[in-house]
Amino acid sequence: MNLFNELKKGLEKTRKGFTEKIEQLVSFSTKIDEEFLEELEAVLIYADVGLRTTEKIMNNVRQGVKDKKINSPADIKPFLKSEISSLLGRDLIRTKISGLPTVILVVGVNGVGKTTTIGKLGQYYQRFGYKIMFAAADTFRAAAGEQLEIWAQRVNADIIRHEEGSDPAAVAYDALQAAKSRNTDILIIDTAGRLHTKSNLMEELKKIYRIISREISEAPHETLLVLDATTGQNAMNQAQLFSQAANVSGVVLTKLDGTAKGGVIVAIKSELEIPVKWIGIGEKADDLRPFQPNEFVEALFDDK
Amino acid sequence: MIFEGLADKLQQTFKKLRGRGKLTESDVNDAMREVRMALLEADVNFKVVKDFINRVKERAVGQEVLDSLTPGQHVIKIVNDELTALMGGTQSRIMISSKPPTVVMLVGLQGAGKTTTAGKLAGLLLKQNKRPLLVAADVYRPAAIKQLQVVGEKVGVPVFTIPGSQDPVLIAKQATDQALAMARDVVIIDTAGRLHINDELMDELVAIKIQAKPHEILLVVDAMTGQDAVTVAESFNTKLGLDGVILTKLDGDARGGAALSIKAVTGCPIKFAGMGEKFDALEPFHPDRMASRILGMGDMLSLIEKAQATIDFEKAKELEQKLRKDEFTLDQFLEQLQQVKKLGPLEDILGMIPGMGNLKKLQDAKIDEKEFKKVEAIIQSMTKKERRNPNLINGSRRKRIAVGSGTRVQDVNRLLKQFYEAKKMMKRLNEMQKSGKKSNFKLPFMR
Repeated sequence: MNLFNELKKGLEKTRKGFTEKIEQLVSFSTKIDEEFLEELEAVLIYADVGLRTTEKIMNNVRQGVKDKKINSPADIKPFLKSEISSLLGRDLIRTKISGLPTVILVVGVNGVGKTTTIGKLGQYYQRFGYKIMFAAADTFRAAAGEQLEIWAQRVNADIIRHEEGSDPAAVAYDALQAAKSRNTDILIIDTAGRLHTKSNLMEELKKIYRIISREISEAPHETLLVLDATTGQNAMNQAQLFSQAANVSGVVLTKLDGTAKGGVIVAIKSELEIPVKWIGIGEKADDLRPFQPNEFVEALFDDK
Repeated sequence: MIFEGLADKLQQTFKKLRGRGKLTESDVNDAMREVRMALLEADVNFKVVKDFINRVKERAVGQEVLDSLTPGQHVIKIVNDELTALMGGTQSRIMISSKPPTVVMLVGLQGAGKTTTAGKLAGLLLKQNKRPLLVAADVYRPAAIKQLQVVGEKVGVPVFTIPGSQDPVLIAKQATDQALAMARDVVIIDTAGRLHINDELMDELVAIKIQAKPHEILLVVDAMTGQDAVTVAESFNTKLGLDGVILTKLDGDARGGAALSIKAVTGCPIKFAGMGEKFDALEPFHPDRMASRILGMGDMLSLIEKAQATIDFEKAKELEQKLRKDEFTLDQFLEQLQQVKKLGPLEDILGMIPGMGNLKKLQDAKIDEKEFKKVEAIIQSMTKKERRNPNLINGSRRKRIAVGSGTRVQDVNRLLKQFYEAKKMMKRLNEMQKSGKKSNFKLPFMR
């Protein structure tokens, strides 16, 4: 199976919940009336596109109808495709691997898959021959360090670990020193899951961030917020508050294969201006892949 | 919170509507549009919302508006009643089998919080004088078993697993015998997280069910789950037959519409709510509070309960009297802070108050423990007169107070600003109390 088909397969649920619903709607409707538009709005909301973004899209649809760009229900699908495409932007924005080391900080609420994401990121970069190091700065959750250690062995990465319960900023500091002295290409720092509403934990995150940028001035080169694709509108709150604490530069959307609601990708990009950089569409290590908006839209709207 | 409360929205909708009388269909339709938005924003499933709105409409049209309520409040009352009814009663316990061991099986998606919940549940049962045994049957995620072992150690409950085994069915099967041998009376099986669409892994759960014969199968669900919550719950329910749900991460700011969707679709009671990172943070689920929370009206009841447990009633009464007379002074402010400090982190508390969910506005009113000492020092450096009448405090007085308390003038300024904010807030609460006499929203220091 080629990459595109794999992506399509991973997005199958979203296609079913979104694209096929639109197709059904189109095939059952003869003209575009208020009822049709309401149903369309429902499909968007149902796909977790979010109220605000749905409103935005629906306004454009209504305008399109007025401007005679949309004349029959059949015109809706291509119209939406171009709408979503323009909301997402076209191109993949890669993490630039430059300077020794390139530091990637990984943050998010509990249970979104941060540690697993780091393992898979390690796997991805290892294939290009980079020297990789993990920092186990999740010193809170039981056995988080062990989990990362197992991944480190799998992908042949160095790992810096402290005792459970020790200061995560100190782990980050040690990892930065070690990465510098060992000529590591990529240092990926794991952090404990924290709810964005817990101010003390967010302060802790700020401290980790401060330490990193104090030791290497451009670092972290990337702060990835890991979001669970099954999360609803709370994803917006998460993105906002984590951005305030750690200057989030990209989103990793995990567990996308399990949800029919890939719509949250659109909401994140259009409401928060944070690009989705990676998507997880399966359990295998290479099921975490760079997010290419154009490819995503094609796979989502592909007929065959 | 991005979305302001439904209450505010409805007030706006009904602004033009004066006087009393019956609720007309168009009044109700206007209101329902807002309710629908609020529910969708809270991630309540689309279809569930549709049914719900229709039901409320039917009930609301033509009703007399109660004397004490504005039409907006009246609609909220109906909505709230219906929501609470839909959520069902409380059933926050594990049915203990007459023939031990009682077997409880936890299932759910990855990252929902099964392992942590298993630990919390064990802790809770321990407190009820049960002797739980934790069973580590997550053989897939790296270090998952180790995680449960650490958790077990922390709560003081033994953990059973078969070292090196890749067979969760076998582990679950042997767990019951093991429990009998160790004289443990409740078995809690922690299964691996899995997607509801993964047939192979779902079948594995069925196999575990057949072998372990659980008395209760509980679905662990993240409160932040979006529209998909329904599909997830439905799949697990059809495949396994669920007995209940545990909602996790409710200590965040998710409105938790998933709870409603799951209840509506599966009919399963929500038994417990995970409210924090500590192992005692598993609480009984309160349907009525959840209803208010989903509607964005804050969790007043939890706040009140918390407040009642910690606030000194005599002092509160006194404070309330003074508030009535608009005599809120810096002395009271300090006293109040001291009481609030006992309640725990202030932002948690404020988040529970309707209309106070907007954290941005609260940045100025936020108090952390270190700040608190500073505040105390500043207020104690003021003269009695200044404390009673803060308007007196001019530039030179501010300088003196700053020097006296070892702080900076900015700190004094900030404190005064906080004080005025608090005063405004107290007033608002006070007015709320006056306008909605029939409501349950009462703070102990407001009675």
